[in-house]
Amino acid sequence: MANIEVDGKTYETDEEGYLVNLADWNTAVANYIAKTENVEMTEQHWEVINFLREYFEEYQIAPAVRVLTKAIGKKLGAEKGNSEYLYGLFPYGPGKQACKIAGLPKPTGCV
Amino acid sequence: MADVTAPAYRVIPIIPALKPGAMEGVKSFVANDKIQEAIGFPGQLVDDWHDKVIAKMGELLGKYRSLKVYMDACVHCGACSDKCHYFIGTQDPKNMPVARQDLMRSVYRRYFTLPGKLFPKLVGARDLTREVLDEWYSYFYQCSECRRCSVFCPYGIDTAEVTMAAREILDSVGYGQKYSNEIIGKVHKIGNNLGLPGPALADTLEGLEEDVKEATGIDVRFPMDVKGAEVLLITPSADFFAEPHIDSLIGYAKVFHATGTSWTLSSMSSEAGNFGMFIGNYEQLRKIALRIRQAALELGVKRIVVGECGHAWRVAYSFWNTLNGVGEGADPNDQFAQMLQKQLDHRYKQPMHICEFTWDMIGQGALSFDKGANDKHIITFHDSCNVARGSSMGGYPGGQFDIPRNIIKAVANNFVEMSPSTTHERTFCCGGGGGLLTDDLLDLRVKGALPRMEVLQQVVDEHGVNFMACICAICKAQFTKVMPIYGFDRRMVGGVHQLVSNAIILGDK
Repeated sequence: MANIEVDGKTYETDEEGYLVNLADWNTAVANYIAKTENVEMTEQHWEVINFLREYFEEYQIAPAVRVLTKAIGKKLGAEKGNSEYLYGLFPYGPGKQACKIAGLPKPTGCV
Repeated sequence: MADVTAPAYRVIPIIPALKPGAMEGVKSFVANDKIQEAIGFPGQLVDDWHDKVIAKMGELLGKYRSLKVYMDACVHCGACSDKCHYFIGTQDPKNMPVARQDLMRSVYRRYFTLPGKLFPKLVGARDLTREVLDEWYSYFYQCSECRRCSVFCPYGIDTAEVTMAAREILDSVGYGQKYSNEIIGKVHKIGNNLGLPGPALADTLEGLEEDVKEATGIDVRFPMDVKGAEVLLITPSADFFAEPHIDSLIGYAKVFHATGTSWTLSSMSSEAGNFGMFIGNYEQLRKIALRIRQAALELGVKRIVVGECGHAWRVAYSFWNTLNGVGEGADPNDQFAQMLQKQLDHRYKQPMHICEFTWDMIGQGALSFDKGANDKHIITFHDSCNVARGSSMGGYPGGQFDIPRNIIKAVANNFVEMSPSTTHERTFCCGGGGGLLTDDLLDLRVKGALPRMEVLQQVVDEHGVNFMACICAICKAQFTKVMPIYGFDRRMVGGVHQLVSNAIILGDK
């Protein structure tokens, strides 16, 4: 277990830097984690993060990459509805890196 | 993690120069007490671990005759030494299979053989210290249990079994791996490795029906929890979630559609993978396999088909019959196994691999293909270790090699083999198998992929190969991650049924 400190408050994370308590998440924490991941947060990043959080709230898991690309495509136009666009935003993989910034647990298994 | 780089290809692919201690500090994250206790292991390293380790080792030596033979039989001939992808990629001599076995063998000699008890130094025996225990943890989680070394061992020593035994001992004293054990906990709690709950699965499947309809104009179904379906498909949960895995799932659905086969997935048992094997724990192996039996009984299916998952097929092909009663030879006193054996239709192979299913249907003329749809691909095939060396297909020796290739050739025009020293039973592990497909081992995974990447580069250069097909969720995820580090496009990796999906002609049945 490790901790991160943002704006004078301490948050518990696991060894890989994922938040332990999902309720701890806020935009300041997201920005902090993004920085440690070398991701410069833009409006496009937030669109993905917000969708992830909405989906998680309903299904208790992050969406499949395909579900994510489809939703982004529907919302933001077909040219953004592909995994290249998402990899462009989150180079370490939209699944894991975006989840981490969104404060969601890491997808496990053979992914 | 950004600083992980690919090792250089070897100019002449022979034994690399040794770098003693190169991977010494490598330690996959240790499971915390919550993860450990959830699956019945001690939360953390117990105080009397020394005596418990020796006792557990004694128990396993008594229970598994093979382990005792492997401990005694090695003559250090060296045939295995350069056969491990992790040794080739890391150059750490402790990643030679013989050295990995010796981590345990030295302790075995000290506590279980007379010469080792009397003259430890003379026979390479050593005391079990905390350093030794940590070394076990480090190097037994640098083995993917792929069994390539055992192909070359004149005595047939199977390092995978030694690794499994070591992990089982470590778990029993509270020293478990986060990645594997967390996943096992999720299977028991949610039904799959991913932690994908039923409603999310239903939503994903619904989305796939829309996508296929949009792409083909045809209503291909992705049914879930349908009682009375003929086939229960057990597939790795990555097929519901990850790229390129999901494209093979679409391929299976199209094959079932085109052949008019009624099939279903189960929300309760939505996982083919069985990490119980990776940690060498029979109880977990069995418990995970029993979920499949429960689903099969509840849904009343006649057949069980397994999707593209390497180690799942080893478990299904080799162990399901006694674990859960799919296949023949279940315990006559196991009421539910007997019930399942009566329920299943034995005119068909039980269990059956999805490749066997598709190939049978091709043989019967039930499927037709537009091979030109795959003309953009020049394809090679990576044999997955557990399928190649731990199973078979088609009911004849070598079927596990022919059948996936036969399918590729039936659905595509351009197929090229990689170097024969790296295919069929000599295939290299992708570098991420056996419970090592975790980000904290990325450096090891990249290095372990080296020998596969070398020969892939050859066929890329010589034949313009731009697609490497495989039939394992771990292979797909591992290659997607590490290939860009070697300068390949991650979309070069895909499933056999992804190619089937591209070319299949769907009638409106």
